[in-house]
Amino acid sequence: MDALHDVLAPFGPQAGHVHALWMLTLAVCTVVFAAVLAALLVALLRAKRAGAESAPDLSSLGRPEPGRRRSVIAAVAASTLLLLALIAASIFTDRALARLSTDGALRLEVTAHQWWWEVRYVEPQVADSFMTANEIHVPTGRPVIVTLKADDVIHSFWVPSLAGKKDLIPGRTATLNFRADRDGIYRGQCAEFCGSQHALMAFFVLAEPPERYAAWAAAQRRTAGEPAEGQPLRGREIFMRSSCAMCHAIDGTSAQAVRGPNLTHLASRGTLAAGSLANTPEDLRRWIADPQQVKPGTYMPATRLSSEDMDALVGYLQTLR
Amino acid sequence: MPPPGLAHAHAPPHLKDGPGPGSPEAAALDATWRDPPGLLGWLAAVNHKAIARRFIVTTFCFFVAGGLLAFVMRLQLARPGARLVGPDLYNQLFTMHGSTMMFLFAVPVMQAVAVYLLPLMLGTRSVAFPRLNAFAYWIFLFGGLMLYAVFALGAAPDVGWFSYVPLAGPDYSPGKRTDFWAQMITFTELSALLEAIVVITTVFKLRAPGMALNRIPLFAWAMLVTAFMVLFAMPAVMLASTTLITDRLVGTHFYNPAEGGDAVLWQHLFWFFGHPEVYLIFLPGLGFLSAIIPTFARRPIFGYTAMVLALIATAFLAFGLWVHHMFAVNLPELGKSFFTAASMLIAIPSAVQIFCWIATLCSGRLDFKTPLLFALGFFFILVLGGLTGIMLASVPLDLQVHDSYFVVAHLHYVLIGGAVFPLFGAFYYWYPKITGRLMSERLGRWNFWLFFVGFNVTFFPMHLLGLRGMPRRVYTYQAGLGWDTLNLVATLGSWIIALSALLFVVNALRSLRRGAPAGPNPWGAGTLEWATESPPPPCNFHAIPVVHGRDPLWEPPRAAADGGPPPFTHVGGLAAHTRELLATTVLDARPDLRVNFPDPTIWPLVSALAVTVLFIGSIFTPWAVVWGSIPIAIALTAWFWPRRAETAVHLRLEQGP
Repeated sequence: MDALHDVLAPFGPQAGHVHALWMLTLAVCTVVFAAVLAALLVALLRAKRAGAESAPDLSSLGRPEPGRRRSVIAAVAASTLLLLALIAASIFTDRALARLSTDGALRLEVTAHQWWWEVRYVEPQVADSFMTANEIHVPTGRPVIVTLKADDVIHSFWVPSLAGKKDLIPGRTATLNFRADRDGIYRGQCAEFCGSQHALMAFFVLAEPPERYAAWAAAQRRTAGEPAEGQPLRGREIFMRSSCAMCHAIDGTSAQAVRGPNLTHLASRGTLAAGSLANTPEDLRRWIADPQQVKPGTYMPATRLSSEDMDALVGYLQTLR
Repeated sequence: MPPPGLAHAHAPPHLKDGPGPGSPEAAALDATWRDPPGLLGWLAAVNHKAIARRFIVTTFCFFVAGGLLAFVMRLQLARPGARLVGPDLYNQLFTMHGSTMMFLFAVPVMQAVAVYLLPLMLGTRSVAFPRLNAFAYWIFLFGGLMLYAVFALGAAPDVGWFSYVPLAGPDYSPGKRTDFWAQMITFTELSALLEAIVVITTVFKLRAPGMALNRIPLFAWAMLVTAFMVLFAMPAVMLASTTLITDRLVGTHFYNPAEGGDAVLWQHLFWFFGHPEVYLIFLPGLGFLSAIIPTFARRPIFGYTAMVLALIATAFLAFGLWVHHMFAVNLPELGKSFFTAASMLIAIPSAVQIFCWIATLCSGRLDFKTPLLFALGFFFILVLGGLTGIMLASVPLDLQVHDSYFVVAHLHYVLIGGAVFPLFGAFYYWYPKITGRLMSERLGRWNFWLFFVGFNVTFFPMHLLGLRGMPRRVYTYQAGLGWDTLNLVATLGSWIIALSALLFVVNALRSLRRGAPAGPNPWGAGTLEWATESPPPPCNFHAIPVVHGRDPLWEPPRAAADGGPPPFTHVGGLAAHTRELLATTVLDARPDLRVNFPDPTIWPLVSALAVTVLFIGSIFTPWAVVWGSIPIAIALTAWFWPRRAETAVHLRLEQGP
């Protein structure tokens, strides 16, 4: 999926505040860097040349150097003032970040696992809540409160174009608020080293117009439909009797395991295995047949199936829209 | 056990030090302070120069090994989806790279150089506790070798140099990999703590008469402050690694949230050490610069007192910033602001030093030799790294770039710019003192420019990668994320760095035989180490100098104005047939005591081996702590067992009140 992931291209107020602070800090630091190097260059050009044999200049011994002392004090004072200004700017940005209005916010609960993201949409009516994985749809312009949890090791939730990161730590709960102000697909990735497949632990935030979001959410709340006779039905049987059902849930069937991502609407997602593969029938086959080839170290075991059985299984999974 | 080749067997007891080279007294002194010959003698060596040479070479080997690991990582990341190394090996590579550079190179190499230089700079014949010094080296060597042995066996730690729990805990890192990491910490921290004691005592008690505390070279000040920081920082990480290993080995639950432990506790303990660690590496680098810049600017340093106060201020502030490594953890926001302020304000003492050096250069007469080039490279790289550090100190900015390649760029700018460039300058600067020969200036310039260019080509693009969302510690990345070109450029830069490092090795080895003879003071420098021959004789100085200023060789004692007796240039009268040293008072360096120093002995090595057995054994069974303590007790007893002949010599020298 083509997606944005750039600190310097913010599309929400949180990333925007940080971007403004970045521009200020970058400007101040560039000026300071240039000034220090200029001072050094002037010093190098102005100073005379000498060799090891020339006698050291001891005229500074026992005699103060008021001119140089004044310059050094002035430079240190200027640095201190600039630093104090940057501290103030940083604290004001912090306050701005904390002030994001959360009226009517969408509430999500994200639980990080090695190496995928479980996403639960928490609605006031429990029956309206639903689960998905690795893809977060949000209505554009509406604030989002994400509750962050981890149940194995530490991970970190980072969508550079929308907000700064926050760690997900076992035994602790954190929250992160953000808002996407423009429709688009924003890429996020785990930012805290979390084991073998830390590198392939991406997710996507899809900001959509509210009505499209509502339609998507309504679809997500539905349980999986009864597959048509023939190949899809056989695919579901294979799913239920192979190892798939040991870890995955498909709502509306007897598969209710929570070890791996919920697959009720697998076919509606853009990628597989936390952004590792595109969600095409070929890649899905590849992933089911030999996950270790794609993502060495993943906890998903290989599933050995005959070619026809695999076709049936993939065909069934394709119906889970 | 009689030590091999005890010197006082040969020298007549009536000889006293003082007369220069060629005299029988000087010959007796050299024989007394020389390490015994033969393999056994080599193993029993305690002369600070011998131990320091080994220490420097060992740390440099680890530096090269750590660099090669990084080189392989860069090859893997040169293009998206590369399959040169898989995640398992890659995770070992970056863990080994970080652990090597931090624990086996950056901190110990500074201590190693200090162990060589301090007695020479301070005008004495040995570091304090020479046997302890030898023991610290052996412990360090065995710890480092253990880590590389398990790497060769394919069982190197793979959870990062920071080993965050629960990933490093028993549930998510089964096997022994992380235990080896934790014990490597124990080895190297033990060594670092012992060296800190050696450095502090040497600087406080073994200075030449007249070298009051306001006259000691800034490098000695930097090492003194660093040594105190080690004393306060290292216990935190030893506590952390010990509790980690007990969690893994005997089922304690310090870090297990399910049993009332806390994963964040590890981060506090680790970074309470980890941030001062950065300054442990950085302060000695500043000390090198304060030695190199005055020599090649041909004038005393500007603002000596301000520089010393800046070093001390840095050391204090360094203990108040550790939480800036944890801004992404849900800690109270107001508390984080405090750490933002502290992290930014530590830039002020660094700024003081930078401006003082610029003032020194500005008013000096410059001699553009290789050491000065490396010092100037510091200004560009470290200032840039310091400024990105100011960005990382801000909570909001840090939340965006934390744990991204931006931080990788920042930390390499700070550590390579702040420590490795000065260290290379220091190698070029003191190499003639250690070997008696100068390194090639031509190769030196190539070395510098290739390193400088290669460094920036490798690490500057990483800032941009981080801003574009590339996280750290990833073994691969997908095509089409906008990271391909910058990664390729970074990898090309790493080739240039490798070439430059190769040039350095060639230069160092070639100059051993072919370098121009250096003479005692090839750079016309002002500090005491340049007063003696190159390489220094076993006893460093045949007569202990008396110091009258901050740059003793530049400020010869002036005759008193009223025509009084001429001032002393040297003190004499220490026994030449046994290792007798002059201890001086802490503040004013007035002669205080004559101290008898111990002879070479094999027991520090044996003790280190016994400790190694305990440390490695305890990875496999807690009972190793019980049974392993028996050989340690035996070795330590033998180490401290008094010897009749030695005691008799010391008693004869004793003077009643």
